[in-house]
Amino acid sequence: MAEPLLSATGLIKRFGGLVATDNVSIDVRPGEIHALIGPNGAGKTTLVSQLTGNLRPDTGTIHFAGRDITHLPMHARVRLGLARSFQITSVLREFTALDNVALAVQAHAGHSFRFLADTRRDESLRAPARRGLEAVGLPARANTPASALSHGEQRQLEIAMALAGDPKLLLLDEPMAGMGVEESQRMIGFLQGLKDRRGMLLIEHDMDAVFQLADRITVLVYGRAIASGTPAEIRANAEVRQAYLGEGDA
Amino acid sequence: MSFIASLRTPRGLITALLLVILAVLPLLTQAFDQRYLLSIGTRIVIWAIAAVSLNMILGYGGLVSFGHAVFFGIGGYAVGILSHHGVASGWIQWPVAIIAATLWAALVGALSLRTRGLYFIMITLAFAQLVFYVGGGLEAYGADDGLNISRSRFPGVIDLRDKASFYWLCFALLCGTLWFCSRFANSRFGLVIRGAKSNDLRMTALGFPVFRYRLAAFTLSGAFGGLAGILLANEGAYISPAMMSWVKSGDLIVIVVLGGMGTLFGPLYGTIAFFVLEESLKPILDLFHKGWGEYWQIVFGPMLVLIALYAKGGIDSLFGSPKEWRRHG
Amino acid sequence: MDYLLLQMLNGVQLGLLMFLLAAGLTLTFGIMDLVNLAHGSLYMMGAYIAWTLIGWTDSFVLGALLALPATFLLGIVVEAVVMRRLYVRDHLEQVLATFGLILFFNELVRVIWGPAGKSIAVPAFLNRTVEILPGVPYPAYRFAIIVVGAVVAVLLAWLVARTRIGMLIRAGASNRRMIGALGINIELLFSLVFGLGAVFAGLAGLMAAPLTSVKIGMGDDILILAFVIIVIGGIGSIKGAFVAAMVVGQIDIVGRAFLPDLLKTFLSASAASSAAPAISQVLIYVVMAGVLVWRPTGLFGQRT
Repeated sequence: MAEPLLSATGLIKRFGGLVATDNVSIDVRPGEIHALIGPNGAGKTTLVSQLTGNLRPDTGTIHFAGRDITHLPMHARVRLGLARSFQITSVLREFTALDNVALAVQAHAGHSFRFLADTRRDESLRAPARRGLEAVGLPARANTPASALSHGEQRQLEIAMALAGDPKLLLLDEPMAGMGVEESQRMIGFLQGLKDRRGMLLIEHDMDAVFQLADRITVLVYGRAIASGTPAEIRANAEVRQAYLGEGDA
Repeated sequence: MSFIASLRTPRGLITALLLVILAVLPLLTQAFDQRYLLSIGTRIVIWAIAAVSLNMILGYGGLVSFGHAVFFGIGGYAVGILSHHGVASGWIQWPVAIIAATLWAALVGALSLRTRGLYFIMITLAFAQLVFYVGGGLEAYGADDGLNISRSRFPGVIDLRDKASFYWLCFALLCGTLWFCSRFANSRFGLVIRGAKSNDLRMTALGFPVFRYRLAAFTLSGAFGGLAGILLANEGAYISPAMMSWVKSGDLIVIVVLGGMGTLFGPLYGTIAFFVLEESLKPILDLFHKGWGEYWQIVFGPMLVLIALYAKGGIDSLFGSPKEWRRHG
Repeated sequence: MDYLLLQMLNGVQLGLLMFLLAAGLTLTFGIMDLVNLAHGSLYMMGAYIAWTLIGWTDSFVLGALLALPATFLLGIVVEAVVMRRLYVRDHLEQVLATFGLILFFNELVRVIWGPAGKSIAVPAFLNRTVEILPGVPYPAYRFAIIVVGAVVAVLLAWLVARTRIGMLIRAGASNRRMIGALGINIELLFSLVFGLGAVFAGLAGLMAAPLTSVKIGMGDDILILAFVIIVIGGIGSIKGAFVAAMVVGQIDIVGRAFLPDLLKTFLSASAASSAAPAISQVLIYVVMAGVLVWRPTGLFGQRT
């Protein structure tokens, strides 16, 4: 089996008396989709925040692509190829869709201490950005301000931004949230197409999507990983059925 | 959009007219024998440089720095102190002053940009106060009363004592500052700064070390602010802590907001409007009742409240949406 | 030794005055999310109103007591006319509007009371010294400020910790939406809190008046110190404001009292006396910078 791309070991994060992440270990291998599921308040977002560098774990280590990144700031992790999308749509609303992706491309194109040249005429940024928009199916909306895009389009734009640096690993925080059935299906197809080239950690409430996409699933309840395994193993796991899937899936 | 084509829009036309008037102002004031107006014009141009520099971080970066007048003080004191000790050459004074302003901006930025929101506003204010008190404590340089200085010397190049020459120098520097700002706003660097104003967490998650870019912008803004300080000290041949009182910092914020935040010419419109208001409110109030003009701020204060509440976008937005300045592609 | 004690008491007295000013600021910051630069104007108005009322009543105590409800009313009016419209605005707009209010109030004072400063005499019954330790006299008026300041600080602590209003204030400071959810009349609560802050500011202003003088812009410089205090203490925290006010008071007074002698060892006397206040001010800002490097949200501020 391939070396894990991302591996977090023994993460603990406390907020006051609350243990939001209770000794969680999780890994993602290249080319696999590892889904993280759990009821609301299970600590999924806190865990993702530690993986991306938004929060520091109290104890535990995080390795990515063979490096210890536990103490690296967020922007440095992104540079190494660990990209994320946000649960709440997070695009730069004042900028056009193309500007958004071009900025994401720029983030990976060396430093930005360039003060004079017009970036909007910089084909080394604009061309990859246009390709990125095409890949997610938004080429027609290139010059539309992000604030004027529909919710589903903003989610697509967000994925295009996350993909701009050709990341090794994508952390997708509820990419299907707020999408209609049709849009979700398109997104699932799209994510499946990405899978060969990069690992993905998927946080998603839509169980259909999770069981369609995931190679492995980890179940988080009250900050603890109570089970981890293939979709079939998770379906069969009594503890999971009781704690999480409940009678809804029975 | 080309420069010529931009003249067909109201914004372009008005701006071009304004720049032409400013360019020939010394000729106009001489023709109409209004020397006083040239001195106001000079101060407008100097303040506009400071406002453009504040706009780089406040308008484009969304960072409410409440201590920008400190760069008036640092630029001014660097010139004044050197001149007081017999270093009269502008070739030495000016670089030293700009370096001093830049270093101070880098230090304050490094400390204050770690904080957010109200903390940032208050810390930039507090650091400006710190320098203000230091200025007031410098017995050797006049303490609170300030110091008369002689103007910087550029032998054989320009004589700053000549009002018109000095005005044109200031105007040329304003044009240079505006040119830089127009490039900056659409550069890679400018887009990072503007993106961070829109959503700094998103920019970090894209892989930008936002702090570093903001620090650089803050420092750059301080350097241009220092330039304005140099000019201000030379304009009055005088330095004092009052140059950098916090009210002056407030005035600069007012100017930027009044003119239109994050727009290229907004700070220039704002400065002109501010000075015109100041100079015209007094006679207007005096028309109603002799002596009321002295109390012009009692009208100006509530006007600021109204501007804050209802004038989002500032003067620049009166000319319509600024999209003709943007290029798509 | 006695001199040190006296100066430290002066520091406590100054700290308590600044705490009164900072308490109102930190409450409006914490609860209404409002940057109110015009808080110093309320301090100034408190002093001017007291000057007039003391003149009318010919009694310091009576005039001061009447000035308090007057500043409360002024606070309520300012809140209703301007502040209420600013709560939902961003900080920049608040800065701009309240900056405009400062200009307005400074000019208003000039129109009403004229450009020259006023002075309020120390009331006769306090114009003496008290023996705080055997053989150590201390001006009774300054001592009275300490007593009043301490009483108000205790009252405020009690109000915030023990009463229903205090509960709402604490709830509001940690979660603004929650008060709405509790079905409380938010507008009334905000009015009251703002009025309360105005009273504290006015009280500080009128108590400081006999020690300094009543003049235009008197609130502006001390306001910035009050901002420094709430930034050091952590925005929204009364406890933080108190601790920081005490620290700043000590630095300021002790710096003013002892630095001149220290500086005279290597500076001329006049240079030392003009540099000392500047250095003690600088020290305050250095402390603030240090605190913020260590804790970007102040000593007792909420970590984000």
